[in-house]
Formats: sequence, C-alpha cells, structure tokens
Amino acid sequence: MDIDTITDFRPAPGTAWQPGDAWLGGGTWLFSQPQPGLRRLLDLRGFGWDPLTERPGGLEIAATCTLAELARWRPAGDGGGAWPAVPLLRHCCDALLASFKVQNMATVGGNICLALPAGAMTSLAASLDGVATIWSPGGGVREVPVTGFVTGPGTTVLGAGELLRSVTLPDESLRSRTAFRQASLSRMGRSAALVIGRTNGSGLVITVTAATPRPVQLRFPGRPSPGEAAAALDQAARDPERLNSARLNSARLTSARLTWHDDVHGAPAWRAAMTRRFVAEIAAELRGDPAAEPRE
Amino acid sequence: MSMNVNGKPAAEHPRPGQCLRTFLREQGWHGVKKGCDTGDCGACTVHVDGMPVHSCIYPAVRALDSDVTTIEGLEPGPPGDDFLAAQGFQCGYCTPGMIMTAAALTDEARADLPRAFKGNICRCTGYGSIADALAGRPRVGDASAVSATGAPSPVGSGLPAPAGPEVVTGRARFTLDTSVPGLLHMKLVRSPHAHARIRSVDARAALALPGVAAVFSYADDPGVRYSTARHHNPGDDACDTALFDQTVRFAGQRVAAVVADSPHTAARACDLVRVDYDVLPAVVDPDLAMAPGAPVLHPGVPPAVGASDPGRNVAAEVHGGTGDIAAGFAAADTTYEQTFRVQRVQHVHLETHATIGWMDEGRLVLRTSSQTPFLTRDALCGLFGLERSQVRVFAARVGGGFGGKQEMLTEDVVALAVLRLGRPVQLEFTREEQFTSATTRTPMRITVRLGARRDGTLTALQLRTVADTGAYGNHAGGVLFHSCNEAISMYRCPAKRVDAWSVYTNTVPSGAFRGYGLSQSAFAVESALDELARSLGLDPLAVRRRNLVRPGDPLLSVSDEPEDVEIASYGLAECLDLVRDALASGRGLPVPEGDGWQAGTGIAVSMLDTVPPGGHRAHVRIAQRVGGGYRLAVGTAEFGNGTTTVHRQLAAAALGCGVDDIEIVSADTDEVEHDTGAYGSTGTFVAGMATLRAARSLAEQLAGAGAEGKLLEAEGSSDGRARSVTFNVQGFRIAVRPATGEIAILQSVQAADAGTVINPVQLRGQIEGGVVQALGAALFEHLDIDGKGRVTTRTLREYHVPVLADVPRTEVFFARTADPLGPLGAKSMSEAPFNPVAPALANAVRDATGVRITELPMSPDRVYLALNQD
Repeated sequence: MDIDTITDFRPAPGTAWQPGDAWLGGGTWLFSQPQPGLRRLLDLRGFGWDPLTERPGGLEIAATCTLAELARWRPAGDGGGAWPAVPLLRHCCDALLASFKVQNMATVGGNICLALPAGAMTSLAASLDGVATIWSPGGGVREVPVTGFVTGPGTTVLGAGELLRSVTLPDESLRSRTAFRQASLSRMGRSAALVIGRTNGSGLVITVTAATPRPVQLRFPGRPSPGEAAAALDQAARDPERLNSARLNSARLTSARLTWHDDVHGAPAWRAAMTRRFVAEIAAELRGDPAAEPRE
Repeated sequence: MSMNVNGKPAAEHPRPGQCLRTFLREQGWHGVKKGCDTGDCGACTVHVDGMPVHSCIYPAVRALDSDVTTIEGLEPGPPGDDFLAAQGFQCGYCTPGMIMTAAALTDEARADLPRAFKGNICRCTGYGSIADALAGRPRVGDASAVSATGAPSPVGSGLPAPAGPEVVTGRARFTLDTSVPGLLHMKLVRSPHAHARIRSVDARAALALPGVAAVFSYADDPGVRYSTARHHNPGDDACDTALFDQTVRFAGQRVAAVVADSPHTAARACDLVRVDYDVLPAVVDPDLAMAPGAPVLHPGVPPAVGASDPGRNVAAEVHGGTGDIAAGFAAADTTYEQTFRVQRVQHVHLETHATIGWMDEGRLVLRTSSQTPFLTRDALCGLFGLERSQVRVFAARVGGGFGGKQEMLTEDVVALAVLRLGRPVQLEFTREEQFTSATTRTPMRITVRLGARRDGTLTALQLRTVADTGAYGNHAGGVLFHSCNEAISMYRCPAKRVDAWSVYTNTVPSGAFRGYGLSQSAFAVESALDELARSLGLDPLAVRRRNLVRPGDPLLSVSDEPEDVEIASYGLAECLDLVRDALASGRGLPVPEGDGWQAGTGIAVSMLDTVPPGGHRAHVRIAQRVGGGYRLAVGTAEFGNGTTTVHRQLAAAALGCGVDDIEIVSADTDEVEHDTGAYGSTGTFVAGMATLRAARSLAEQLAGAGAEGKLLEAEGSSDGRARSVTFNVQGFRIAVRPATGEIAILQSVQAADAGTVINPVQLRGQIEGGVVQALGAALFEHLDIDGKGRVTTRTLREYHVPVLADVPRTEVFFARTADPLGPLGAKSMSEAPFNPVAPALANAVRDATGVRITELPMSPDRVYLALNQD
C-alpha cells in the first residue's frame, strides 16, 4: 500500500539517519501495513553489497540479500561437500509464509529485523550460531550473536539509526549435519513451531523459534536420546536455572526464559507439544538412529 | 528516469512513498487489481524486468528505469488460453494475478504448484478449475460438458462464460476499473471505541489541508434511519442505522468522511479530524447483552417485522415449533444434547466494497460493487428524498460477493458527497476495513436436543440459539429465521421446538453470508444427529435415511402451518447414494505414511429453499438487434456466480439461436423495471425464469410476425412465489493425527440436487468453490474481537483463507432431477454447497477419533487440544 507520509526516497549511502527514517530493504513489510510517522525511505540498494560472500570463516550474507538469492545459492567449487548445512538455507526460505514472488524482493536483513517469532531467517541464523554485524550511527561497528539479536516479538537490540549490515554463518556451523521441523496451522502457512537441530562436534544444538517469542537454544554436550532431549525441553520450560546449574551430561539453555508464544498462528499449548515432538524427532535423527528418516 | 509499462514510457513519476500497484492503476493499467494491498493475495502480480512481484508491496520508485509488464502487456498464449479453456475463474478478479504468476513460473516452481501459488488467493473457484488450467486440462468441451441428450440445445452443455476473453486478458472492467475526469476520493474516519457518544467533530485542520474538498459528519446526516441490509421487503430489517450517527456502537463505525482530490490527501486529512468522544459502557457478549442492566444499544428503535425487544438488546427472536415437544422427548428411548459454537468469519470477496458516484444531467449515478443495485437505488431514494427516475445504480463486473454485497455500506455516503458537492466521488474499502467495518457471518451458539427411539426414529428436535448480530440489526431476523428453518424442516419429526434470539452487541455487524444462517445450524444439527446415531449403535447414514423428508412430506420447522415451499423435485435419496458409493469406491488418497494417523468418514446433508421467503422479483427485457441477434437486459448481477452464461443459454434455447447471438447487459436500474437482487441463490431460479419467459414471448412474436424491418421486443418477469427445495450431501474420508491435531482430507465428495443442470462446468465450479470456502471456515478462519469489542484481525496473513496448497479435489455429482417450478427444470445452487461441509468434516473427525468437535474452526491446535484433554 502507499505510505502517504513519505516525502523523500533517497539512497542510504551518504544519508545521515534521522527520526522518521526507515531503511528500505525489499520494502515488502514496510509497504504491507500502515507506517504512521514515517517520513523518508533510505534505499539500501545504493550500497551495492554483494549478497553472499564465501570467506574462510564462513558465509557472509548481506542484509540486502534477497530470500530468492539465498534459496538459490550453492557454494562455489567443492564447498558443497564441506558445508552439509547448506540445504537448510532453502528449507528456511520455504518455511516463510511469503510466496516466491515476495521472496524475489524480501531481504534476509529485513526478515531478521522484523523480529517476528516466525521469522525463518532468524531461525536459520540463530540455529547456525550466526553473528550479526551492526553499523551504528557515527561509524561504529558491533557484532551480536543472532540468538540474542531478537529480544521479543517485533523487538531487537538495534538502537535508533542502527543498521544490520550482514549476518555471518560460521564455517564450523555450516560443516554440521542439520535437521529441520516446522508446524503450521495450514500446509504452507506461517510457522507456529520451527525447530532446527545441528550437530556440534560430539554435541547437539537445538534452536526453537516461532513457538517462542524469541529464539531459544538448547545446547547438549553429547547426543541425547529423544526422551532426554524432550526432558531437557520440559526442564527448560519449568526451571531453566536448575537446568543450567546441573553439570555433567546435561543441556544448557542459552536464553533467559522459555515461554510459549501466543498469537493467531497457534495456541501456546499446541506449539509446546509440537516443539516437544520435534525436539525428540531431531534428537533421534541426528543421533544417527536408523529409524529416524529425514523429512522432506 | 522513467518507467516502461508494457513497452510504453509512463507519463508520470511516482510519489516517493507510492507502491507500484497504485501507480500502475493511476496510469490506467486497470488489469492490476487490489485484493489486499498487503502483499498477501497476489491479485496485483506484475513483472518487473521479467521478475514476478506483488506490486502492492513494491516501491514504485524502484521500478524506474525498469520494464514493467502487466496482464495487458502479456503476450497472448498459454496461461491465459489455459485459464479460458478450463474456465479457471468465476468472478475473475484474481485471474490477472493468477495468470501473471503462471506466466513467470520456472520449471522448478512448476513442479511444485501448491508452493508456487501460496501467494495467490481465489475465493470463488475452490482452485479446482485453476489447477486444471495450470495443468493444461480443459473443462469446456470435455465429456461432461456436452449436452446429455446430444441435442443441439445449449442447455446442459458446458459453455464458457461470455466475459472469459476479457477476464483472462485483464480487460474485464470491475467497479473501479474506469477513469472519471475530476474524480474526488473519500476516506472514512472510524470510531476507536465500541460504544460512545460524539461530543464534537472538529474538521478545521483537515479542511485546511490543500486538496480537501469536504468533511462530512453527524451534522450532515440526512435524518432518515434505515438498515444497511437490502431486502425485497424493507421492513424485514430494523431501521436502526444512520448515515452519520452521533452515537457509535462498534469500534470501526463510520464517524466522518473526508473528500479530497486524491486518496492519499484524504487519508492524511482523516488523521487531522478531531473527534471528541464521550465513551459509554459497552457489551460484547450476547448473553451479557440480554442480561438486566446491560447497556442498551438501540433504545427506542422501532422493532422490525417479527418479534424483537430492543430494550433487552434483542434484535430478533423466533419461538415456535410443531407438535408437542414434551411428549416427543417422553416418547424417546434416548436423548442427546450438545451446544455448538460457530464463529465469525468474513466473506473475503477479493474486490472490496467500492462505489463511484457522479451527477449526470441532474441525476445521481452510482457505479457500485453490489448484489442489489435496484434495492440500493430504492434505499437511496428514501434516504435523500429522490424519485426513482432521479437515481441510476448499476454494477460493472462484481469481484465476488457471497452475501457481503447484499448490504449498503458505501453507496449511501458516496451519494451524500456527490449530492452535496456535485462532483464525482469514489470510495474504496481497504482490506482492513473489510474486517473491521463491513459485515461477517453471524456467530451463533446453538444447543441441540434430540430424542429418538432405539431404531433411530426421531421423536423430538429442539434448538436453542443465541446469535450475535453485532451493533446493527441488518439481516438479524432473516438470518435467524433461516437458521431455524431448512436445517430442521428437512427432518420428519413429530415434535420440534425452536427458541432463538439475535442479540445486539457493541461489535462489528453480522450480516448476510453464503448460507444465510444455515451453515451455522447445519453444523449443530448434522453433528448432533451423527452423534445420536452413534450413541444408538446405528449407521449415521441409515438414521438420516430414516428421518429425512420424502416427496409429499410437509416442510415444517417453527409452525404447524407449512410455508409456501414444496418438494417439487426430490433428488435427496440419489445424492445420499452417490456420496455413499463414492466414499466406498476406494478412490482418493491413502492414509498418510507415518505413525499415529486414524482414518474416518463422515457425511452431512443440507436442504435449501430455492427462493427466500416473502417474494423475489425479476424483470427482463429482450429485443432484436439491428444487424441480427438479440439484446438481453437482466437486472441480476454477475459476481462470479455464472448467471450471465446461464441466461444466455436459456434465451438461446427458447429462441433456437446460438448463445453468441445473445448480447447480455445486467444489473442496471436503467435497463429493466426491477430485480430484487443476486442473493438467495436466485440468479437462475427466479431471474432465469424471467429470461426464459421473455425469450419465449419473443419467439412467439417472431413465429407470428411475417413483417420484416420492425425490431421486436418482449419482456418477462418472475415473482419467485412458487418455491421448491435443493439438496446437498457432502462426504469426507479423512485421517487425523491426534498427536499433532492435523486433519488430512483423503477424499471429498459432494452430490447436489440442482434440478436440470443448465451448465455442468459452471455448476461444478460453484460446488467446488462452495466446498472450499466452507473448508476455510471449517479449518482455518476466525475473525477475532478483543474484550473491548475491537476487531484484532486486520490482514489476510492473520486470517488464512484456503490457497491451492490447502484444498482437496472434490468429486462432484448431480442428481438427475427436473423441477417443475424452475426454468427448464433448473434449481438454485450458489449458497447451498457451503452448508453441509463443516458438519461432514466434524463427523469424519468423530469417526476417526471418537471425539466430537463442537466448535469451529477445526484448526490443528484446536483439534489437538480437543483430542488431548487431561
């Protein structure tokens, strides 16, 4: 829809941010609902950032990389063998409610900054221990783990005028095996629970999104059984401090609280049940249990 | 820098905050549709440098120096031709976006069509014909589309809709697809409060904004109370509504109208209108609204026809029955009682409510998206003290209705502005306004109590219904009466009792919605009957056969005296057989792989009177044209229901000519004397009869006239007084996974008794569309209202309607009947397919799991919670 209050559309490079400005990625969210008080659109395309850059330390995804570019991306050369986690990029794009036409415009950075619980780019980057690079007004640069970038539904760590420049997925994460599960109230609808697991050396990292207001991560030092993984989730929901203070072969919850999100895309109790089911399935799949087949 | 659109440089430069959709439409590319304006429906799909995008969320400035292609610029070829051959459209409003999406599919996307089309919504077809179009499977001319008799008559053949070539090329003109010089645009200021008295409206700041022509509010109210509902008998609905009321009764009610030289100026000016409210206590629950001490919404409003008690917030009530209910329950071996809840859903016709008005040589002219142009004209005459000759109301192609446009929500305020300003004015609802400020299906809480003998014979049937009509009584009585009628009159039972209330609350008004109350009561009654049969250890289908009406039975519901409805043709038994056989055929999908799936089947039945009670009148003119052929003028509106095609077929059959010889114009008060409107599924049964009579009359004249040179004409009319009934039986085979709450539909079957099938391709499309719209209401949809009465559902991404990925293919069967009361034996079949769907699905869930679902929708989370109660 038209944003009637906009008086200026200008390239972001060289423009000092001021209140009433919005960074324009794909525009797919900005133009999708009323934006009271917005005055200027600062077009990030002017930066001309390369959408995806392979580096020795991992994969750098520019904030302006479109979802379509991300879904299409394949590593150069024999990188595909080295990074078995790459198909997860496509799975997470498919998990978005938006159609392929919207994915032609919508950006990775926009999806993360929107901070929806169902934001699948947040799921992707959080599950792979991605690191967000943030440009601050005045030229500062800071880095924040994506697991902590989203602080709640619609809220992030970004301060006024700050800009998400890129997200880097570390090489080590991309080398892991991954498992992906998603639940929605309709077959290709908005995620109500999106759980991603990945191997982490001899351990396991399970990241819960969509079912929770912000990403929640359980890190297991070993490979738990399905029952152990589900029990750890239960414990995290009940008493995270006790979970985290336990030693030995126990999981660690890397966010402060595990609560279940409540909106029109699914009742909290169902989201909890789906998450628990998925956590157990993922534990089985990544344990190498032959009975656990990966899903489509 | 400029934009190339369809190979031509755009004449103007977009505004900095403008989206591509509005820019393209301003440039005259009207094939680009607005369905949602939020990126969710895909009706605005265009290509930017070959890349398909939703133009409503594409910054227009970004398309500078780009080549933009709209449907008008698409090269002729397969996608459009395939949609034409498969008749992959009904109203046609979504079609340009569908075709623009299809035209840009990669091979990879084509391999997964459900995924590729998850951003395209069609509300009419149920996607069956769209899937056929995408697969290159034609419907027109296939075996089922040839006349059963093999005769040359056009009746019974699957002729394509005459507007098809325009629809698939984006040239079909919907309400706002026109350019009016000097057009002003209206935006509405709406109440944030559920109940308030307006102390004052200060429009000075708004009026000071350059480009603002006027601001209207309660001071401008013409002082005539009316109902937004349009009915043949205006007294059917309480006159409880003012054009601009000083009391607002729901959050979202119109408070002021700003008219300006552009939509964005009008929108900005709306923010500058200062309204001072005295907030009043509000009630949002119908039971609380009837309780003593509740805020009274409409003190002093004169009651509508029938019982009502505005002092208790009762907009309408029904109390009645047949036989002795106490004796009926005393005679029962078993009783079953359950309370069912049916939720608020929205029509989501893709074309939102919209009207353009102007003055033409002293006459008020409205081009509007309406199912009832004649009744709307009459209402405007009453409102503004005008003669019928001073007002013309007409509809261009209407982008879907489903009952939502049997309502006057835009015409009144546009007429006021046009009459006051003397200039053309346009008002277009946003998708958000469709949710917050239009109308919805009436939510109902229905308690069913059944008594039966051991063999399943019903002895008593009792309903207690509380319906929530919202802030106004539009359709309150009609919907309530209808909900208490066919759902129980189709059962032979010696004792019936109904007590029903439709209650005012401070919420968005309910109104007419496909099924008109019956989808709610069918869910309750058909679920209860299923459960009763199971409690007796009997087959639910056998119990239905035992109790359903048979030819010659009186149709009784709330009175011992039957109404003017008879079973003039009877295909119910055949429909039951067709569905039973189909479900037993082994067709459909297997139970999904994986653990924990439980399979089940369910059926439900519905009956619908072919015409609403109290009269429904159609007048038609037909005339020879200069140069050959005929011009047929009908009053009924085409909004995807296919009546244009049917009317041509009927006229051609009577005149012995080809359908191409019949030019048709419709829905214009200047063309015929009267048409009550395209509601109550009357487009074929009533208006079609008028067309048949007119064409036969002309044929007789032609047979008698030898004289050349004089062009003959004839008229026909129908009053809808002789009424029959239609039947629909829906069956599902499903699998349920209790651990996740998922329902997988393995097979969907509907059999319909529609009398003579004039056009099997269109009728199949109506049924497929009705089933899928009903599946949306059964599985996904709910319009939510918070504790303060505010609608919290604002966008289509918060209100999931079925997309291609969600729907099964429905097997459609027709009973072989011919009704003596309908045109060439045809009966009505627009609303009816919707009604049996939700209960059939709930009955299948019960069969699969043993659990009775009593509340809609049956979304996975709700099903999970119902199946996993501690």
